Amino acid sequence: MSERALPPVTQLGITSLALIVAGGIYLAAYLPRQVPLLPAEMLLAASVLLLAVNLLALSRVKTFAWTCFFEVAKWALLAYVVLAGLIEFALVRDGLSGGTLVILTLSIAVYAVHVPILIAFTVARYQ
Amino acid sequence: MTDAVVRIPDADPHSGSPVAIPRPDFEVVPRAGIPIAASIFAALVVAIIANKLWPLVFLHVVFGAAWTILDLFLGFVLGPIMRRLSVPARIELTTRLMPRLLLIMPTVVTVTLAAGWQLGTLMGTVNSSYFLHDWVVASYIVVGCLALIALGLIAPANVAVLMELKKPRPNPAVIQTLMKRFMFSAGFTGALQVAILVIMTRIRSG
Repeated sequence: MSERALPPVTQLGITSLALIVAGGIYLAAYLPRQVPLLPAEMLLAASVLLLAVNLLALSRVKTFAWTCFFEVAKWALLAYVVLAGLIEFALVRDGLSGGTLVILTLSIAVYAVHVPILIAFTVARYQ
Repeated sequence: MTDAVVRIPDADPHSGSPVAIPRPDFEVVPRAGIPIAASIFAALVVAIIANKLWPLVFLHVVFGAAWTILDLFLGFVLGPIMRRLSVPARIELTTRLMPRLLLIMPTVVTVTLAAGWQLGTLMGTVNSSYFLHDWVVASYIVVGCLALIALGLIAPANVAVLMELKKPRPNPAVIQTLMKRFMFSAGFTGALQVAILVIMTRIRSG
């Protein structure tokens, strides 16, 4: 099995997901009280930054099974967009609104993009 | 439907040539299961819209129990058995088990969490004024860890193993590496599920 020098996509991806999970737990732990949104905003911003770093690092890889990556990523994206839609539906249905809803929606968007990247990367790295 | 083979370079050290192991053909995502998963998601949407106690309890308890049992079974029963199986048996089991898990696990997890959240909202257990709120927050943390492992490690390894086995000449070293990752992660999630059992029974007993 050949191991190529690849960026730490999995590690960055899991850290990015951990940040939005932490933000979600912070917001959920204080419901229905209004809490300062800054900690959750900072966690989300850090998570988005890691997603951007991951995409940038991945785009700079020269020798990579891009066809396979995109083939897997598109189907995984479809599946996770459906799952993210269900979670978002439950949140909206519960009457969440304002800044909390915006943060949670963006967090779900990060989840729906980052998980397919992790799946597609893990598959493509062994091609 | 054609079968392929997996060549194990060191399976027979005396022969000097790789040993071909038959591998049954399979679908990475079993299409027959997609309508079932779609029906379950439709039931979830209906239960959330209806916002009635029984459907939400049913979905949360049934799918939550399935999630816990699957994690415990995979981590503590099937994992150790798989490590002791012969390579052909392991490949055969993998090609039959993993595609199903690829559909079952996201469905079970999504239904458990979405129905659980709606149920908590309906019953008021997600409110910070709830007298066992610390235990509820503890469950968020454990579920967060479970989700991270499932999304970041297990799901990618699961798909990658199946894609590798789909190749005309799968690489056994890749399969072994990914299966180790899958089984180690499954064991860890099994341990976290024990924590969930402790928390949920504590909340239920008040």
